[in-house]
Amino acid sequence: MEAKTKDLWVFVETNTDGSAKNVGIELLTPGRQMADKQGGALTAVVIGHHTDAAVAEAASHGADKVIVVDGEEYEHYSTDAYTSVLCTLVEKYGPTSMLIGATSNGRDLGPRVSCRLNTGLTADCTALDVDDETRNVMWTRPAFGGNLMATIICPDHRPQLGTVRPGVFKKSEAGEAKAEIIREDIHVAASDIRTRVLELIQEMNGEEVDLEGAEIIVSGGRGVGGPEGFEPIRALAKELNATVGASRAAVDSGWIAHSHQVGQTGKTVGPKLYIACGISGAIQHLAGMSSSDCIVAINKDPDAPIFNVADYGLVGDLFEVLPVLTEEIKKARA
Amino acid sequence: MNILVCIKQVPDTTEIKIDPVKNTLIREGVPSIVNPFDGYALEAAARIKDAHPDTKIVVLSMGPEQAKAALKECLAIAADKAYLVSDRVFGGSDTLATSYILSEAIKKVEELEGHFDMIFCGKQAIDGDTAQVGPEIAEHLDYPQVTYGLEAETDGDCLKVKKEVEEGVEVVAVTMPCLVTYTKPAWDPRFPSIKRKMAANRAEIPTLTAADLPDIDLTRAGLKGSPTKVKKTFVPQVKTGGVKINEEDAVVSAHKLFDLLSDAGVI
Repeated sequence: MEAKTKDLWVFVETNTDGSAKNVGIELLTPGRQMADKQGGALTAVVIGHHTDAAVAEAASHGADKVIVVDGEEYEHYSTDAYTSVLCTLVEKYGPTSMLIGATSNGRDLGPRVSCRLNTGLTADCTALDVDDETRNVMWTRPAFGGNLMATIICPDHRPQLGTVRPGVFKKSEAGEAKAEIIREDIHVAASDIRTRVLELIQEMNGEEVDLEGAEIIVSGGRGVGGPEGFEPIRALAKELNATVGASRAAVDSGWIAHSHQVGQTGKTVGPKLYIACGISGAIQHLAGMSSSDCIVAINKDPDAPIFNVADYGLVGDLFEVLPVLTEEIKKARA
Repeated sequence: MNILVCIKQVPDTTEIKIDPVKNTLIREGVPSIVNPFDGYALEAAARIKDAHPDTKIVVLSMGPEQAKAALKECLAIAADKAYLVSDRVFGGSDTLATSYILSEAIKKVEELEGHFDMIFCGKQAIDGDTAQVGPEIAEHLDYPQVTYGLEAETDGDCLKVKKEVEEGVEVVAVTMPCLVTYTKPAWDPRFPSIKRKMAANRAEIPTLTAADLPDIDLTRAGLKGSPTKVKKTFVPQVKTGGVKINEEDAVVSAHKLFDLLSDAGVI
């Protein structure tokens, strides 16, 4: 399709309580610069139920407009309802580009939308720019397990779409909310939603493992030695309000659930702080966490490859180091 | 039940090295494997077949002639039939073009093998890591989808899929026909038996070319039919200049680390 405007859209995914997921607000930061370079408005698109908080947050983080679709059927994400709404909106308003957070739902939704609109989508981007001459978005993403970076363009199809990795961009300071709020009354019939959630089986200890949205992650690997070896890791994570991650070696040994796994066959993360404990740093693990802002590695083996990507590397036994570190942090925060 | 599993032959990315002079990937000598996530999709199909022995599993791949080795591996593990989609005009396809070609090929395979109740794919391929081709096939066919699946069982007209979510595991009912993409479950996929391996080696794998897909619109295939283009590729810079702490006493190291992290403002 043809773009009707030069506007850039950011899809703001919501939680079941209607609040915005962090990545949607984060993407308004690069979105602001890109919209200015493309010469259009920055529009946040909020879909959910009881979305007032999400709308207010988007409006105070740089959006010129906020398009809101609110309804009971959007409380829980469904591929069918969200694809239908987003495509209807794109067809009506014709933006030139759209950013979608690369969460589990974002990566479920993006390809459906791009395929229905017959346009290009670049997955899991870690850098964004706009070409000065053509004003095409330049989407940069890792491939081959992080061994190679590729910059992708979508020159002839509109809108240009990309999913963007959470945690890569930072939320801007909240400012005055000047955005125009546009409410669209769009509903999807229950019969058009072909999936139904029957039950949720919680993690063993009821903890939510939101690695992709985490600001701090404390991870354990083979060096933790067993399921009980995660105790000092959990203790530190609790003190830092962090999420517990794990390497494939720890997951494959059955010490912790796969939902904690970081790396190629697990989650790709980009927190502000990543603390790797007893993780040697196989390329598959590095692929999943090397874009973290600050990496701390604690390992007994001075030659472990994890030290090559670490900002702070500590050669030592995690069972001796972690309790001291946890205690120091507790004291400092008291 | 009639199940189609889409698979991709990929280079084992753990074996990939970077040419230090040219700053490019060295792909020669890198072993080719069945994309691990596709292996989990095949295992999920095999588990349905364990429960319903009259199930047929067909595997489909797009790629060069060598990809038949990957299809044979799937035949050895659990598949009953295999098809390769291969044509020079399909080369250079991005995810949208690839999913379009595969969806057209699926219609052709259905003429030969009967209608598929479900299509299984890996969550993503470990070379491209896009996770887009599965959902895009579902969109081309107008099928509902479930992503991040771990295991599935049939329940009347529905498929009940256990899928990984942030809070744990969700059980989702999806109407058939449907498409499910799989992530890594808590169990290992089965190994092929010697007998199945020998039969797979002898198996004839039909190749479907553009000429076998009479309805295909070739303006939507290959490099020219792909909306996205690769502008450039480069090797990421390795971080250097990290601080290393290696004191005799781990407790001293721990204090030093705490001081550095506090001074840097990261904790």
